[in-house]
Amino acid sequence: MAENGEPVLRLAGLNKSFGPVHVLHDVDFTLRQGEVMALVGDNGAGKSTLIKCIAGIHPIDSGSIEFDGRQVQIGSPRDAAALGIEVVYQDLALADNLDIVQNMFLGRERKRGLVLDEDSMEEAARETLARLSVRTVKSVRQQVASLSGGQRQTVAIAKAALWDSKVVILDEPTAALGVAQTRQVLDLVRRLADTGHAVILISHNMNDVFEVADRITALYLGRVAAQVERADVTHGQVVELITAGRSGDLGLAPATAAETI
Amino acid sequence: MGDSSMSTDDIPKGKQTAVKLAETDFAADKREHDVGSAVADYWTRVRSGDLGAIPAILGLVGLVVLFTALRPDTFLSKGNIANLFIQALPYTILALGLVFVLLLGEIDLSAGVASGVCGAVMAKLITDSGQPWYVAVLAAVVTGVVIGSVIGWLVAWVRIPSFVVTLALFLGLQGVTLKLIGEGGTVPVRDDVIVAIANKNMPIWLGWTLAVVTALGYGVSQFLRWYRQHSRGLHAKPVQLIAARVAVVAVVLLLGTFLLSRDRAPSPLITLAGVPWGVPLVAVLLIIATFVLGRTSYGRHVYAVGGNAEAARRAGINVNRIRMSVFVIGSTLAAISGIVLASRLNSVAPGSGGGNTLLLGVGAAVIGGTSLFGGRGRARDAILGGLVIAVIDNGLGLLGTKAYANYLITGGVLLLAASIDAIASRRRSATGR
Repeated sequence: MAENGEPVLRLAGLNKSFGPVHVLHDVDFTLRQGEVMALVGDNGAGKSTLIKCIAGIHPIDSGSIEFDGRQVQIGSPRDAAALGIEVVYQDLALADNLDIVQNMFLGRERKRGLVLDEDSMEEAARETLARLSVRTVKSVRQQVASLSGGQRQTVAIAKAALWDSKVVILDEPTAALGVAQTRQVLDLVRRLADTGHAVILISHNMNDVFEVADRITALYLGRVAAQVERADVTHGQVVELITAGRSGDLGLAPATAAETI
Repeated sequence: MGDSSMSTDDIPKGKQTAVKLAETDFAADKREHDVGSAVADYWTRVRSGDLGAIPAILGLVGLVVLFTALRPDTFLSKGNIANLFIQALPYTILALGLVFVLLLGEIDLSAGVASGVCGAVMAKLITDSGQPWYVAVLAAVVTGVVIGSVIGWLVAWVRIPSFVVTLALFLGLQGVTLKLIGEGGTVPVRDDVIVAIANKNMPIWLGWTLAVVTALGYGVSQFLRWYRQHSRGLHAKPVQLIAARVAVVAVVLLLGTFLLSRDRAPSPLITLAGVPWGVPLVAVLLIIATFVLGRTSYGRHVYAVGGNAEAARRAGINVNRIRMSVFVIGSTLAAISGIVLASRLNSVAPGSGGGNTLLLGVGAAVIGGTSLFGGRGRARDAILGGLVIAVIDNGLGLLGTKAYANYLITGGVLLLAASIDAIASRRRSATGR
């Protein structure tokens, strides 16, 4: 297992086309353990396609994926889950009529013989929530229907963290939330990284990105415009990277940026 | 925290030992209850639309009072009480299968006529082919499995709405029954074992023994579970609520056994007493269904698909397989219901399982508390609702209401139950439950 700061996931020269549309061009991407990597880019820049390639939903055309120092093929979401890659999608995949514990273990229930081992699942769910310092849940046996948007997002993220996952991908986790709830979720994202996960955060909100990310990858029309330390850039530069693919010395060469349009 | 009983496979040791729960965490799970707070807790849940068994129990009590007032001599007579239980048997079993289908938010309109086909298969094999009862029963059950598989396949893989598939089978299967039995005819069922299900009683001592053992078993398992959860600091229902529930179940079991153990023979020359054999059959089916839905991962997945099929799919659950399986379970229990109905009537007619049979089965499940919107319901709903339906059916029979009024009343009851379900469901989404 990688130590903090060591690369967990490394993509090199990744290409992906849908028919004639070349969506990802030679994408290089490195994710380190214990960091929050913000993945930013305009609509159609290829963010979703990139995470779907990592999550095993889309097969890649060419390029290599290295996980924990090993060359891997991710052919299906099951492969991704087996490696320890968990995705929290924007429309939350929780069943309203089940409680928090049942949702967190859905599809991977612990059993003793034929019977569900409810006690052990409840304890593990609590421990995971406690480890992530989730203080907003009164009972782990309340139905998800009774939770607020922020609490649901919290449960969805905790569900991803429960599985000893190494990489957690969050697709716009704060998109539909109010100020206080966004605060909760961002704190949770930070703790997720601090407890040894590598986090990819997709967001359109620069405040969120600058608040919680360690590094930022900007995609521009299917190419990586820049992969930078948050401390080295300003809001303005990131916005330029998103909208024009370059900003001063950063980003794509002028010729490349122009050609991709 | 029992260390030996805890599985630590999924979470690495380092992370687990680092966790220390704060006193305030998950406060609601660890609150100690007294009687007042237990009642308040329950009342909050009811008000937020989680009605549980309340409508069925109120309905049952109300109807019993109503029919007793209207027919004081006959309704609560010893013989009629036994009739009530026997009448409830086929509806209850049909409803038990429909609970699985309704949990996915699907519907099986063909369950009633499927029970007719399966009953006809059994009757033909016994009466015309001289097969032993167990071969005939097996064939009937297999027929149910086949019907359910066809429905399930069409719904899950061909993706025709279950309403349309089962409406088509509702018509088609009536043709099958008609073909098997022949127009105008009925096939008598005289096999001793089959006839005994609804017409013979257990010895009185056996009835009492089973009732006491079941009540004790239920009580012990409920308290052990509470004790385990409580001592591990897990979420546990208030012990007062569990005590009340165990007391109610024990009283109902013992009272039922007492009522059925009285001699109800119309003539003093013979004795007719004891619990009909069909009652323990339903009890066993209920226990199995409750176990499957509540304690196995299959049951959990049924609820998950009913609540949010997309979430279930993303969690790696084979949604199509679950969808198909509930129709197989529904039709298989319909087959057993058909066998019990044939036993009660001593025959199978071309119209068996037609008419309002299905309506009564769905009505039983919904009155019992199973939601038509999917994701909510329990096996016991079928029993409670089945009793309500049997009381209505039986009471109307005693009142001698005309056929047209029977249809109107039964339809009205189903609509009423569905309205309660819809309103409770709205209330749940408003209060977020």
